[in-house]
Amino acid sequence: MISELPILSLITFSPLIGIIILALLPRGSSRWLRVTAIGTAILPLLLSLWLYADYDSAKDGKPYEEQVTWVDTHFDRLSDGASNSLSFKLQYHMGIDGLSLPLLLLTTIVALMAALASVHIKKRWKSFYIWFLLLEIGMMGVFMARDVILFFVFFEMTLIPMFFLIGIWGYMGREKAANRFLIYNGIGSAIMLIAFVLLISTAGFSIESESVQFFSGSYDVIKANLMDPQAAVNAASAWNGNYGNLFMSESMHWTIFILLLIAFGIKLPIFPFHTWMLRVHTEAPPSIVMIHSGILLKMGAYGLLRFGIILFPEQAHEWATVLAVLGVINILYGAVLAFVQKEFKLVLAYSSISHMGIVLLGIASLNEIGLQGAMIQLVSHGLISALLFLIVGSLYERTGTTELGELGGLARSMPFMSGVLLTAGMASLGLPGLSGFIGEFLSLLGLFESMRILTAVAVLGVILTAVYVLRSVLAITFGPMQEKYVALRDARLIEAVPMIALVAFIVLIGIFPAVLTEPMKHGFDTLLQQLSGKVGG
Amino acid sequence: MQVVQQQLQPFTWSDAAYLAPEWILIVVAIALVILDLAMPRRMNRTVIGWLTLGGLLTSLGFVIWRLIDMKGAPLPEGVNAQLGNTIRLFGDSYRIDGFSSLMKIIFLAAAVLIVLISIGTVRSKEIPNKGEFYYLLLPAVVGAMVMVSSSDLITLYVGLELLSITTYILVGMRKYIVQSAEAAFKYVVTGGISSALLLFGISYFYGASGSTNLGQIGMKAAQAGDLTPLMYVGFFFVLAGFGIKIAAAPFHLWAADVYQGAPTPISAFLGVISKAAALAVLFRIVQNVGLLGSYTKPIADDVNLAVLIMAAAAMIAGTTAALRQHNMKRLLALSGVANAGYLLVPVGLGLSGLHTYVGEFIFYLVVYLFMNIGAFAVLSVISKAAGHEELKGFGGLYYRAPWTAVATIVFVLSLAGLPITGGFFGKLFILLGAAQAQNYWIVPIMVVTSVISYYFYFGIIRQMFMRSTGDDQEIAVPGTTGIVIWLSAAAVVALGVMPGAVMDFVYKYFSIAADMLFLYL
Repeated sequence: MISELPILSLITFSPLIGIIILALLPRGSSRWLRVTAIGTAILPLLLSLWLYADYDSAKDGKPYEEQVTWVDTHFDRLSDGASNSLSFKLQYHMGIDGLSLPLLLLTTIVALMAALASVHIKKRWKSFYIWFLLLEIGMMGVFMARDVILFFVFFEMTLIPMFFLIGIWGYMGREKAANRFLIYNGIGSAIMLIAFVLLISTAGFSIESESVQFFSGSYDVIKANLMDPQAAVNAASAWNGNYGNLFMSESMHWTIFILLLIAFGIKLPIFPFHTWMLRVHTEAPPSIVMIHSGILLKMGAYGLLRFGIILFPEQAHEWATVLAVLGVINILYGAVLAFVQKEFKLVLAYSSISHMGIVLLGIASLNEIGLQGAMIQLVSHGLISALLFLIVGSLYERTGTTELGELGGLARSMPFMSGVLLTAGMASLGLPGLSGFIGEFLSLLGLFESMRILTAVAVLGVILTAVYVLRSVLAITFGPMQEKYVALRDARLIEAVPMIALVAFIVLIGIFPAVLTEPMKHGFDTLLQQLSGKVGG
Repeated sequence: MQVVQQQLQPFTWSDAAYLAPEWILIVVAIALVILDLAMPRRMNRTVIGWLTLGGLLTSLGFVIWRLIDMKGAPLPEGVNAQLGNTIRLFGDSYRIDGFSSLMKIIFLAAAVLIVLISIGTVRSKEIPNKGEFYYLLLPAVVGAMVMVSSSDLITLYVGLELLSITTYILVGMRKYIVQSAEAAFKYVVTGGISSALLLFGISYFYGASGSTNLGQIGMKAAQAGDLTPLMYVGFFFVLAGFGIKIAAAPFHLWAADVYQGAPTPISAFLGVISKAAALAVLFRIVQNVGLLGSYTKPIADDVNLAVLIMAAAAMIAGTTAALRQHNMKRLLALSGVANAGYLLVPVGLGLSGLHTYVGEFIFYLVVYLFMNIGAFAVLSVISKAAGHEELKGFGGLYYRAPWTAVATIVFVLSLAGLPITGGFFGKLFILLGAAQAQNYWIVPIMVVTSVISYYFYFGIIRQMFMRSTGDDQEIAVPGTTGIVIWLSAAAVVALGVMPGAVMDFVYKYFSIAADMLFLYL
């Protein structure tokens, strides 16, 4: 029954209802605006939970495809008598599979929690929530789009709302942070667009028959063409003459792969491209950082997997060591710098870099365990960092600072929040029983099969994680307390609800990881087959 | 060698029917001159604006009717199907075909929007002779229409001069403002240079081919032999001549000054109609001279490469120069330079690759029309409220006119090439065209200049949403200007959501053989 509904589009565009209602509400009524926004954020969560319940991993998302022709332009050619037509096709094509579903769930959960956490927003609620919901549409669309241009459109749809959310509602250096965010991500998107344009005009070309030929942006078509040894893109000799130029040379493969790696590496972020995200972490309002750190960084990893690794398995295989080395650099660099920070938000920012390194390791392993580990690490880190920034928001609200030196002994005045903070810290450093452990363990286990030394070095980073997490969390909760913090109130109900919910999910994944591994069981089948077939054989 | 006899063709009444869109405008212009003279001095000249609008709309109706009629009519005996029902007048010097009709629709639609802006914002305090302002617009549009319909270089030149001379006057219309006079003077001088270069180039074409007819020149180019160098010289001079009109680098230095001095609606006119007319004509010349020659000579490749280099230069120069601008009109002028670069790319791709790139060209032109005129419409409202045209006039616009601010976001995103606007798809189609034609080097230039342009386009957004001028008085948007703003914003979004429609329309009415190559099959 669910597969008869256009469920994916319903999920993606359900926040539009809220946007319309918000547009009609008067500017000043903060309460109603907030209720509407939170209510709207529940919608996609419920729908995606329904989808999750109905999802059958054996079919790998088959019945949920939605496909409508978007652009189908027939070009005029200087025809030489034959009536051949050449067209350019784009599709509104949404789909879901083992890769998308966990991230979609993550998005809807974190978005709702962030909507709840936005109680701390002090001005211009109406436009805040409108941008917020637009951002949610973009994020959900990214994980479901199955046409490279549609993917790009959704990807950019997250860029513009983020610019506003950072630039208007952030802290002191907000405009600079927004600019830097825009320029870095703009460059990333630009590189991605170049890669996509090259893909469409080579691998996207299909010859259905002598008279029907088309360029397509469809992910499926591009993937099928890249895998098909008979397609114009792979067989130079067969289509020599007119179509010889469609052949994708080895160097073109590499060009596109590296372009994609850089494009998504900026988003992820991979080590030298990470400076923009530090500023966003410190300057954006905490509820937006929840989204940014919890979901937007994941889009980089997702894109790298879906476009970089799955479309170019041979290149990925050859560069597996490079990816692993980049991952190890991320882990160590992030961990060491997190250790020396004096500002809690920066500790968390560097910790994100470090944790994203583990994702890279999982991807670099190129086997099922490692890839699953990477996926779990994505979801787990999304939840944990959302939780941490939720607490940061509440802390800042009360104390007016996030400097480690000025905080201390808060466990006495705020036992509940300190407890949650400690739990989040434990999850972050990979305590067994919480979600962080599963992700790290599986990623490292996967990598251990192929690169033992690098794995050993990476484990060092995990130890460092324990050090910096404990250092900062303990500095906040224990130690001498300053006089002015004695009267602070513990979490209100509206703050406690998302905290409990996020902790519940973290524990759930920690003790029962099958909730995530089950749907993604067959998500990597084609990739693994291809790897064993082409590279191993 | 096939020589087509150019017999003199007597003028018939049916020719007059074909030319209806052009002469309607001329008749209306003359009638308005007389009306302006006869009207008492005290009476408001805005009525002349409305009559101008009526003339333009009537003309637009005739163009559309002709276009549909042309496509639907049965082909005459013995005519090659690829040539279609192209109408050739005056010894094949004037053509009414798919391409020219599509371009005329663009000119007339743009002119309608520009007149609507003017009715809302042009005030006698600034422009003493308002009547003159309106009826001079009409011959300028006719000039542009003659340009795109001409298949003979002499006819082309006549159209170009008609367009140029009227715009020289229009630029200088703000009689009490020094910059306006300066702008008009600069525009006359550079326009004169442009005409000189163009004529010089045409003389070489004539010398090498013995004809001023584009089709003839194209065929001669294929067999030029020893005369090939002359064709090259001719072509490069023509390219430079049009480069000035298009404001493509390195011929763009006049643009910022002239746009700044001209009345805002006229800046929009220069940015859209003048530019589009010159680009369209250049497209025809490149395809003719280049393509027919391409069977035997490398001239096509060189011609295309030259155009692409000019495109790349325009993108880079326009974008980098705009980074330092604080004056909105100069900024839009330089953004127009960069956009001229994007529009030149499909012109320079020729027929390399698998197909022609006219659809991409026209699509981006349509998007450019709406986003640029929309931006100028917003600017005309704001500069009137602020009393200046600086960027900081946009400060706090979100508080003072929230809906206008939202519409401005649409224009800015489209100019920056971000989804989900027409600007994104316009650039995407051109990018794909460049990649399909395997001109890979132009792809990163297009993309990177677009990203750099975020900086100054988002600067406008920053002003509107994150700054405040301290003045929180609401800005009133005049009704007709409001219509233009909302029509343009709706069109830009529609083009971004449903980009296929325009492309389909173009390729339904356009045929490469009939409209570009002027073949005599």
